[in-house]
Amino acid sequence: MERRSTTATIFTYVAAIAVFLIVLLPFVWLVVMSLSPAEALTQKPLRWWPSEMDFSNYRQLLDYTEGKGRDFLSALFNSLRVSGLATLLALVIAIPAAWVVSRVKSMDWSLSLVVLLYMLPPVALAVPLYMVLARIGMLNSVYGLAAIYLAILAPFTTWLIKSGFDALPGEIESAASMDGARLDQMLRLISIPLIAPIVATAAIFALLLAWDEFFYALLFTSGVQAKTVTVAIAEISGGRETNYGAIAAAGVIAALPPVFIGLILQKALISGLTHGGVKG
Amino acid sequence: MNTAWIPRQAWLLALPLMAVMVTVIGYPLFDTIRLSLTDARLIGSTGNFVGLNNFAKLVSRPDFLQALSTTAIFTVVSVSAEIVLGVLTALLLQQRFVGRTLLRALMILPWALPTVVNAMLWRLIYNPEYGALNAALTQIGLLEGYQSWLGQPQSAIWAIIVADVWKNFSLVALISLAALQAVPRDVQAAALIDGAGIVQRFRYVTLPYLAGPLMVAVVLRTIEAFKVFDIVWVLTRGGPANSTRTLSLLVYQEAFAFQRAGSGASLALIVTLIITLLAVFYARLVRRTEEMK
Repeated sequence: MERRSTTATIFTYVAAIAVFLIVLLPFVWLVVMSLSPAEALTQKPLRWWPSEMDFSNYRQLLDYTEGKGRDFLSALFNSLRVSGLATLLALVIAIPAAWVVSRVKSMDWSLSLVVLLYMLPPVALAVPLYMVLARIGMLNSVYGLAAIYLAILAPFTTWLIKSGFDALPGEIESAASMDGARLDQMLRLISIPLIAPIVATAAIFALLLAWDEFFYALLFTSGVQAKTVTVAIAEISGGRETNYGAIAAAGVIAALPPVFIGLILQKALISGLTHGGVKG
Repeated sequence: MNTAWIPRQAWLLALPLMAVMVTVIGYPLFDTIRLSLTDARLIGSTGNFVGLNNFAKLVSRPDFLQALSTTAIFTVVSVSAEIVLGVLTALLLQQRFVGRTLLRALMILPWALPTVVNAMLWRLIYNPEYGALNAALTQIGLLEGYQSWLGQPQSAIWAIIVADVWKNFSLVALISLAALQAVPRDVQAAALIDGAGIVQRFRYVTLPYLAGPLMVAVVLRTIEAFKVFDIVWVLTRGGPANSTRTLSLLVYQEAFAFQRAGSGASLALIVTLIITLLAVFYARLVRRTEEMK
């Protein structure tokens, strides 16, 4: 291993501390704001650390009996329903498709087509989707939004799961078929269990992507029964709320699930990123 | 590999996926093309055929040209900054230092933070009256008086770029770091013994392993940045004086706020065309990078 000079060591540590602060400080500030009483955040000079922790912002947001809490909790629940439903359906259609595309070489073109469609900007589809949803009465419905998310998630998950099937030796499957296994039995009992980790990674990515989505949610949901948490946060931050601590608390709650998943499953996520990436 | 056992009807397994893609993406895309040739309204009038009129009007409209240049500036500056900072961070995280494991773990945080929450956080930081940026800069004496970072046309787009770079440089760093793990240790050691300098080692030992994954990161980030909507919407809604109105925001305004579905569809197609051209251009670059290997 290379031996470093003292200057290089000092430089490494200075840079490492700088990156550490740049990454962490905005997060810490978000949490500090969420725990500060409203007055502390509007003082000049600004108080960087509240004299005492104030959990009232969280209490209000998580109190279903009051207007503010009900709006926010419904939005969280809607996000959960939309992303859960869309992810589940995406896996159901992506797994068989991924298997075919991986095993039948003449199907290669279809995957390129799917990836191409995936790159389309949402604005290219938004107007007709709005008109169709309006016509069939699915505007402001979690199911309407989930159907659109399904089409965003499915190509992505298919792509990722296909790379799992690609790595699975075909001999296992041809042996199973010689032993008389039907295709559905073979997939259910052999192939899919063997690539379970990558299916799980795909599911996590899908959930994160759906939880994060804003554009379609903004266009297609407006009321309490379907509005997702990203739309709720944009509204709260866009002027309806004047207590900065409450805005920050809403952000912390909405960020908790993905940040938690990110920290726990970081290895799987990064390998998924590079897998999807390197394969181009 | 023996594939003879795969039944002929196996392609049917891809049918549900194809059906969903055709319904939710294929049909709307087709319909956007149809709408772009009409003067339809979002609600009410289904419009009349107007040929390429919408396109002709759009390309000479100052708001379109302004949005195009805003989007181009946003894309070029943020993606370049994210790539440079991301690669530098990845190289740093390759060095040995106390706390490296912790720092590597923390890098996923900005990426995991939802885009809307990130935008909301920076909106609070940039707040002209009570924001942390104003407070911090004034308290250490770098700033005379409080600034309205998002309220001035000169600074707003840069404030948005900083917020976007903060979130996305971590993704580039993670991808680069994973790619760096593939550089063989003995090649690194050999280059060092042969007396290669730090720049030479980066250029001839590290870069060949980094180029492929990095190209993919550039492609993904460029396309994402060109489509940018969320972060701008939450931070400025395109203001002040439309100085941060990107193409996606302009489409939103045209088609949904002003309900001009026809002209909005034309604008959306122009955006799609630019993104397609970018993708084709990049696909060639990626292929060339792979051939270089």
